Order: sequence, then C-alpha cells, then structure tokens
Amino acid sequence: MGDSTTINRVIKHIETYVDSSSSTSPSQQDASLDALAKLLLNDIITLELLVREMEMYLTTTDNIIRARGILLLAELLTRLSSKPLENKTIHSLIGFFADRLSDWRALRGALVGCLALMRRKIGVGAISGSDANAVAQSFMQNLQVQSLGQHDRKLCFEILECLIDSYPDTVMSMEEDEFVYVICEAIDGEKDPQCLLLTFRLVERLAQLYPESSTSLASYAEDLFNILGSYFPIHFTHPKGEDDLKREELSRALMLAFASTPLFEPFAIPLLLEKLSSSLPSAKIESLKYLSYCMDNYRGNEIQEQHETLWSSLKDIVLTSAPSSLTVGSGYQDNKVADEALVLVQKLIKQDKDPVSFLKLILKDVDVSMTLNNLSNYSNHDDITVKDKQRLNAVGRILHVSAAASVASCNSIFQSVFSELVNGLQSVMQEKDYASGGPKFGYLYVCVELLAACSTLVKPAEITYHDKETWCTMLHSFGPILTCSFVKTMKESTHDIYTHTVVMGLQILASFPGNFLPVSKSTFEEILVEFTSIIVLKFNNASAWRSVLNALVEIGSLIKKSDDFEKMASFDVIVVERMLALLSSDDLSMPFSLKVEAVSKIGMTNLKYMLKIVQELNTTISTNLQKYWLGGNSKSAEHAMLLLECYVEKVLPWFQNIGDTDNVPMHFALKIWNVIEDNTLFCDSLNEKKLLETAMNGMKHAVASCSEESQSMILDKAFSILSSNMSFQLNESMQRAEFSCREEWIISLFDSVIIALRPKTQGKNTKEILQIIMRALSNGHIPSAHALGSLFNKMPNDMQYFSLEEAMDITFNKYIVRFSNGDGDNEMGVSNLRLSNVNYGLVTSHAIIVGLAWVGKGLLMRGHEKVKDVIKFFLNFLISNGHRPISNGSISSPEDCQDLMSAVADSFSIIMSDSEACLNRNLHATIKPLYKQRLFNMVMPILLSSIVKSDSPMPHKSMMHRALAHVISNTPLSAILGEAKKLIPLMVDGLMILSEDVQNRDIVYNLLLVLSGILTDKNGQEVIVENTHMVIMCLTKLVFYKHMMLVRETAIQCLTAMSELPYASVYRFRLEVLKALSRALDDPKRSVRQEAVRCRQAWASISSRSLHI
Amino acid sequence: MSPALINANPVVYEKKERPVRTRPGDAAFDEYATELIDQLEDPEHPYSLEELKVITEDAVEVDDKRSYVRVTFTPTVEHCSMATIIGLCLRVKLMRSLPSRFKVDIKVAPGTHATEDAVNKQLNDKERVAAALENPNLVDMVDECLTPSFE
Repeated sequence: MGDSTTINRVIKHIETYVDSSSSTSPSQQDASLDALAKLLLNDIITLELLVREMEMYLTTTDNIIRARGILLLAELLTRLSSKPLENKTIHSLIGFFADRLSDWRALRGALVGCLALMRRKIGVGAISGSDANAVAQSFMQNLQVQSLGQHDRKLCFEILECLIDSYPDTVMSMEEDEFVYVICEAIDGEKDPQCLLLTFRLVERLAQLYPESSTSLASYAEDLFNILGSYFPIHFTHPKGEDDLKREELSRALMLAFASTPLFEPFAIPLLLEKLSSSLPSAKIESLKYLSYCMDNYRGNEIQEQHETLWSSLKDIVLTSAPSSLTVGSGYQDNKVADEALVLVQKLIKQDKDPVSFLKLILKDVDVSMTLNNLSNYSNHDDITVKDKQRLNAVGRILHVSAAASVASCNSIFQSVFSELVNGLQSVMQEKDYASGGPKFGYLYVCVELLAACSTLVKPAEITYHDKETWCTMLHSFGPILTCSFVKTMKESTHDIYTHTVVMGLQILASFPGNFLPVSKSTFEEILVEFTSIIVLKFNNASAWRSVLNALVEIGSLIKKSDDFEKMASFDVIVVERMLALLSSDDLSMPFSLKVEAVSKIGMTNLKYMLKIVQELNTTISTNLQKYWLGGNSKSAEHAMLLLECYVEKVLPWFQNIGDTDNVPMHFALKIWNVIEDNTLFCDSLNEKKLLETAMNGMKHAVASCSEESQSMILDKAFSILSSNMSFQLNESMQRAEFSCREEWIISLFDSVIIALRPKTQGKNTKEILQIIMRALSNGHIPSAHALGSLFNKMPNDMQYFSLEEAMDITFNKYIVRFSNGDGDNEMGVSNLRLSNVNYGLVTSHAIIVGLAWVGKGLLMRGHEKVKDVIKFFLNFLISNGHRPISNGSISSPEDCQDLMSAVADSFSIIMSDSEACLNRNLHATIKPLYKQRLFNMVMPILLSSIVKSDSPMPHKSMMHRALAHVISNTPLSAILGEAKKLIPLMVDGLMILSEDVQNRDIVYNLLLVLSGILTDKNGQEVIVENTHMVIMCLTKLVFYKHMMLVRETAIQCLTAMSELPYASVYRFRLEVLKALSRALDDPKRSVRQEAVRCRQAWASISSRSLHI
Repeated sequence: MSPALINANPVVYEKKERPVRTRPGDAAFDEYATELIDQLEDPEHPYSLEELKVITEDAVEVDDKRSYVRVTFTPTVEHCSMATIIGLCLRVKLMRSLPSRFKVDIKVAPGTHATEDAVNKQLNDKERVAAALENPNLVDMVDECLTPSFE
C-alpha cells in the first residue's frame, strides 16, 4: 500500500479534478473522482494518506483551487457513505468542514462535506453530538442563507433538516431561541420551488421536534407562520407545462407545515377563513382542503370560536354552487368547491364536542329550516324553480353529509326532521289528490338523501348494531310506511325523476345487510317482488325499466359481495326464477330483446344464478332453432338470433372474465350439435342467412374458448354427424350439387368449429376432414375457404400419418393443373385451375381461388415454405394470362376470364389483410411476426419486373396493378419506405391506371394513403423529389377524381404537403398546380373546397408574394 | 413607433356559433363565403372581423347560379382609414378562395363611413386593386391579415 506508482496515480487524479482550466472536461473530472473513490473503497489507499497528499490543495490561498480541493474531499466522502471509518478520522474531518463554513469562497465543498458526514449511519462511524453542535454553531455564526445561490441554499436547508432529523438531542440542548431564529432567518423570502419544498418540511419537523409547551417555539410561532402564510395559496404566476404536479406537491408540503403544531391555530384559521371568501375558485378549494386537514391536528378552540363564520361561508359556497338537477346520490362531479365544502362540514360535525355543536348550527339555521318547512310547496318537480331546486339540492346534500358523519349526528337529525318528512310524504298519500303527478317531490328527495346517509353508517362487517339508536328505531317504525309510499309512487308516477328517486330509495332499503334489524326480511322481499313485477309488466317506460333493472343488479351484486346466504336464497326464488320463466314463456307482449337483457344482466351478478340461466338459455336457443328449422318461423329465428348474440357478447366474455372458460362453452356447442342431430327434417325454404351467420359466430367463439380436450370432443361429435350425412360421403364423383338447408347448416357450423380450433387439438380424421371441406369449397361454399385456411395454418408439423406436405399435394392436385412447358421441372410452368368438368361454373372457380388465397394466408402466417407454391400459382396466372387464353374449354369468354383475373388479384388482399372471420389471435391462429413484410419481399420483385416488362393490353396490366396495390397498401409503411425508390413510379402508374375504373375506387384511395404516408416521411420525401414531375401530374389528375370525395381531398392534401419540398424541385410546377386548384375551388363538396383554398395559399406563397391569380 | 390607433377601444362581439356539418360538403356557397372571410384579422386589433361585427353573415350575399357575390362591411368608426385595407383584404381572400367564375362586389355599408363613395370606387376598380397589390408594403399587410384564416 502506498507505493510510489499508486501515489503518483492518486496525485494525477487529484490534479485532474482540481484543475480549473479548460484543459479538462467535466467528464474527465468525474472519471478521476470515480477512480479515487474506487481506490479508497478497495482500501488501496487510506483516507489519511489522501488527505495528506491533498494538504496543499486544501489550504492554498488560491480560492479556486482551494474550493475544488475541498469539494473533491467532500464528494469522496459522499461516495464513501457506507464505508466504515474510524471515529477519530470522522471527528477531525467534521471539525475541518465545520470550520470551513466560514470560508465563503469555498463554501460548496464545506456544505457537501458536512452533509455527507452528518448523514452517515451509526454502524459505519457517525459524528458525535458535540460535533453536530460544532457544525450548528459554525452554521449559525457564518452563514447568511438567503444571500447564497439556489443550490447552496438547498444544501443549507438539507443540513438543517439533517440536524433536526438525526441529532434532535443536540438541537434541543442548544439555546432554543437561537436555533428557531436561525431557521426563521434562513427561510424568510425563499422563492425557488425546490427549496420551498425543503423549507416547508423544515418547519414541519421543527414544530414536531419541540413540545407544544416550548416557549421558544411559541414566541416565534407568529413569525414562522407569517413567513409560511405568505405562500398560501400556492399559485404559479407563470405556469409552465409540468408545474401542476409540482404545485400539488408544494401545496401538500405547505399543508403539512400548517398543520404541524397547534400553536399555528390562532394565525392559520383567520387566514384560511379570509381566503375562503376569495373569488378565486382554486383558493377556495385550497382553503377548504387545509381547513379539513388542520382540523385533525389543532386543538379546535379557535375553530369553535369561528364556527358561525365558517358555517355561513360554507353554506354560501354549497348554496351557490350546487347544481340544479336533483339526482340522488351522485356528488357534484364537476364542482370541486362544493365537494370540499361538504367534506369539511362532515369533519366539523365529527369533531363536535358536547357544549359546542356545529350540527346545532346547521339544524337551527334559518335557510335550512325554511327549506325544510317549505317542502310541501315543492310538490311538482316541474314547477320548482331552478333556484329552489338548487337550494333543495344543497340542503339535501348538507343533511346527507351531516347524517353520515356519525351515529350521534344521524340520531339528532332523524329526531328533528325525519318524522316530519315521513308524515309529509304519507299525508299526501292519504289525501289522494296527487293526480297532479305523485307525492310532494321535496319530501321524497330529502327522505332518500337521508336514507343514503344511513346506508353509509351501516357496515356489513359489524355484527351487532345499536338497535337502540334513535335513527334505527325510527327507521324501524317508519319503514313499512316508507316502503309502501315509495312503491306506490313507483307504480303510479309517470315522471322519470320521481321513479329514479324512489327506485334509489328502495334500492337503499333493500341493500342494508341481512342482520340489520330495522329493515326486516319481509320488507326486503316485498321490494324485490315489486321490482320484479315492474320488470315484467312495465317495459313500456324504458327509462324507469332500466333504472329498476340496474337497482336489481346492484342489489344482486351486493348480496354476492357480502355472502348473505339468506338474502341470496330470497333473491334466487323471487327474481331469478321469475326471469327464467320469462325466457321460456310464450308471452309475446314483452319484447324479447328486453327479456334477454334483463336475464343476462341479472345473471352476471352471481355465478350461481348465471349457471342456472345458461342452462335455460341453451334450452331456449335450441327450442327456437328447432321451431325455425321445422316451420321457418321468422319469430323464432329472431329470438334465436337475439339469444345467440347475447351469448357471444355477454355470457361468454363474462365466463372468460371469471376464469371459467371450459364447461359452459363446451356444453353450448355440444347442445347445438345435438339439436342438429335430432332434427333431420328441415323446412325447405329457410332463407335467414343472418341467423346462420350468428350461429356460426357463436360456435366460433364458444369453441375458441374451450380447452383442447373439449375441442376434440366437439370435433368428434361434429365429424360423426357430418359423416353420417349421405351427401358428405366421399365418393369419387365430384359432382357439384346444391346443399340442402340442413347440409348447409351442418357444413357451415363444422367450418366454424375447424376455424376456432387450437393448434394443439388433435383430430383423428384430418385427411377426411380436408377432403370434405374441399368438396364443400368446390360447391362454392365460402366459409369452407376459411376453414381450409385455418386447417393449413394450424396443422401440426409432426403428424405421423398425414403430413402437411401431403395435404398440400392433395389440394394442389385437385385444383391446379400444371402444364409442363418443356423446361423439365414445373418451376415456372404455366399452371391453371383444374376444371375438369364443364359444368363447373364461374362460381366454383371463384370459390377455389378464394380457398387457395386462404390456404396461402394460413401458410404464410405460420411461415411455411409451401406458401411459395400458392403465390407462384397466383402470379403465373396473372402474368401468363396476358399472353394466352385459357386453353381449357370451360371458361372461354373474355369477360369470364377477366373476372377470374380480378379474383386472383383480389386474393392478394385476402392474403395481406387482417380478418375478423378467421385466422386471428382470438381464434388461435399461428402467427409468425413480420409475415406481411415477408410476403412483400417475396412478391414485389416478380410483380415489379413483370409490370415493367409487360406490354400486354390494358386490362391485364391493370390486374397486375391491382394485385400490387393490394400488397402495397397492406404492408407496413416502414417496409414500403425502404423500397420507395422502385415503388414510386409504379404506384403513380398504378394510380393512373386504376383510377379509370369505378370499381377500383377503394383500392385507389388506399394506394393514395400510402403515397401520402411516404410524403410525410423524411426519407420518403427524398424519393419523391426525384420523381416530382410524375407525382404532381398524377395528383393534379386525381384532384378531379369523380367517384370518391376522399380521394380528391387526400390528393389535395398531398399537394399541400408537396409545396414544402425543396424550392428548386417544385417551383416549376407552380402554375400547373395553381391552375388545377382553381378548378378544384368549384368542387361540389365543401371539405374539398376548403382543402383547395389552403393548398392554393401554400402554393401561391412559395414564390414571391405576387398573387398570380 | 406605429401611429396612434384610429379606434383604440373597439367593442368586441361574440362569434356566431355555426353548426358543425356532419355530412361533409354540399353545393351551397352561401355560408361558405362568409366562413372564408370571417376569420380575417382586423388590421389594427388582434380580433377577427366577425368579432368586431365588421362582417356579419347577413351582409354577405351569394348568388351561386349567377356567380355573384356581394359583401357589405361596416367599419368600426366613421372615419376609419383602414376601411380600404379591410376591403382589400376581403377582396384578396375571396379572389384566392372562390372559383374564378364569381364576380365579387365589395361595398362599405351605406352611411357608415365618411368617404363612402371614394372607398367603394377604389375597391371595385380592377386597375386600382391591381396597382395596390404591386405595393409590397400593402401586400405584406394584407397577408398578415389573411394568415389566421388559413390555419
């Protein structure tokens, strides 16, 4: 240790760090600091040695070098904070740093050093109490905190905080006055937010440190508070982006400081009250928040004295800011001031001590009691003026929060108002003169607010209730009357707000826990019965019906949450059973969609109910399907459709949510197959395509959420039904035959099962399945194409008796003929569809092309090599047909040929785009990343070269462009940008050619979007610049594209973007563009005109200001 | 320093709320023409002409079939020297934004300006407008007024 090389290294590092000339960069200095710290940490040199080596730097009279030297030592100590050091070393070091506090030219290092030493933990050698005292004394003598820079101030505050936190005894043993005075002086006039955060915390700690009786704190309390109080409320005059968070933080710190000691109470309360009457809403909110918080920590004398002032300003706030809509139970979503005021009211009441009571103030208040006395005037909701509504709302909310504050307050409120309310409610009931729209709304409203308050007092966890409490006994005795009048109102009122209010009230009554005696079980059951009858009978009033249903759902889920078995049973009997009966009943008066909605919503509250309901649903679906199949009943079809939709949209996701995914969907799928198996007679004329689609969708979703075992069970079942049907048996003749209705259903549902299988599901009969699907496809059945694609996508690679290659061969041999063109192998041979039978019409060939496209997509997504064969076939078809007519006799007319070509071109869209129907994540497709890019790279060179070479007639060329456009518009933009150079000329060419046919308008739009994407990218712009002429010619033509407004608009936007390209490349086209635009100004569509104006301005102003119009 | 303002303290009115069109585009140029110019900025104040009620929707008359537009604007004060500039701005904006088939007449509302006739004559004389637009200072000023309407 300490040999000369090490010492030389040390000295070099020290010099690098201390050197203040420009020859060393900050990063170099940091590096040498790190190196020194490492040497010390690994005990290669000792601290003593280092200090000795540094002696000159620490004591020199050169201010800059001395400052750097001291800072180096301090920074090193910061990094050694967990390395054990001897007490002696620490003592001398702290002595040094404390002494250096007087050296204002080298202050930073001294502050950092003191802080580093003071923060050391006891275990690794900390400074002693007397050392801390020395630091404090030196600090007090030497430092004028507010005259320092921001960072130094921050360090000072950290030292003070550290003194209070870690050496409280030292601080206490000092002369109290002096220390508090120093702090006062240090923080006075601080403006930097970061330092302020520290000062607020400092005051908080200080106040907690001294006992309340401390004279020094008491004598300085006013001064301290004056310093603090001037920051309230925290408000930035020059707001910047992220200040909001900082403001919150500061405001919270200041609040803690305010509340830190009761000694502040006499000063804080008047200040806060004064700010409460400020016109700034944020100041109001802040003061309310502070008051609520301080309440817990102050002794409350001052607040009690101010009760009346406080109440009157709180009342003002609530009265003026309450909204005028009278919806029970919701807070004021957008009115923070009123919300905070109500929180404060509740807090004040919670702190009520016997002689002084805030609650009494409220109850005695003139405004409140006047409102309560006048309740009978507010009879008809519509007649109440907006101002009265506001007042009623405010009083209702105040009573609500007061009653919810504590049991005692609830008691006294009930005592003083409740009986009157109920009497008011009841008297109207008996008078029977409320033909004018139900009972007095005012009574109703306040009653429900109070009930809502009660429900917050009752916690389900408590076993015993103070049944002797006044409010409980009152509620008990008035309960039946209340329920009765609520129910009556609910039944008879036609006014929405009435029904909502009473439904809310009833829901609250029904939601009290089962062991809460004041509301008996019979009341609960009565309410349920009434609710259910509304659901069954009063479906004409939609909003009331909805609110009742929601109330039932709330009650149901509350029961579930509290595991109240007794209530669960009643709910089951009264509500759930009734709902089930509703589903199966033939009563047609109630709309079936409402039935389904009610049943599914109730079911979702509880697994127990849901299981029951699912069974019933299954039965109902199958009976409806049966009815439809047998007689073509359109009503049943509609019902079945609603039920299936409900199944897919609500029930299955619900089960997925609770993690039970297997049983229910499996039973559903099996049930449907069973029904099909049992019904061999189908009515002939079934033309509900939509029902079949919905059923397929249901089957897909159900099977997709099953596990592998269940899936193979379903598959077996489906296959057995399929193969028992004669027309699916595989005889040799590939006659095209119309499917009967039943066959259509069977094969479609079978396809759905195949589409939704998981890759690992093992089917035994893959080969047979493949052949059946292929036959169905030959019959022109498009869903079979999806199934075929899924089959190829998911077929396992390692199947023993039937490999993927084999499957491909079967498919290809069946559909495609390869003509050997003499080159020996089939690589580029011209192939064609195998259409051996003349009867095969266009439909079949179409279906086969679509089927092959899906096979291609399936293979492409799993990344299988064989996809090349499919793509090659398509490309050959596109390229070769330009030269030779189809030699096969079946499709001879040029129109048919044209049709097939476009189908082939569109198959690229199938391969490239995402589909809802199959091969997506939900349906367990095997997806390799970047498959689109792979196809792009595979297809692009061939298409490019053949388009460039081709001198074929227009129709064929346009087909190639169509295929290209599909590929380009579905490839991610980043891949396109890489090839942009080659693509741009072709895209422009394609846009021109494709825009000639109306049918291509969507393709044109998609392609144009890709072009605009390239235009907005920086690299893309460079390529565009090279082809400016071509692109502008194309765009100026598209500005007048007749068939689609969006194309015109986008073209003009592209032109606007082009005006920002480099001046030299676009200037010469200016006149041309302006000419085109002046015609676009007369476009029939407004948005196009507006774009044109903008674009024209952009192009007009790229040159001199001359208008040139 | 800029000379003293002609009308230092104008009354500012609220903008008229136009219903947002859900179905984009239809052939009526009626409202469209107003929309084009109401965003123009006053040469003196950072308010739009509509906010100052220099332009109102009623004061713009459009005949799409006969390709004719007449704009009548009301200067904020009678002796406003900015009236010609405002008129010029209106004309330039409409020239740039309407198809060339439209004939545009721009007039000061009768009785609202001290030198009404002179202003009208200046604004509707092709030669004089062209001459005014040769003046770079004027064009700068016009462009400044037009900028907000293109945003």
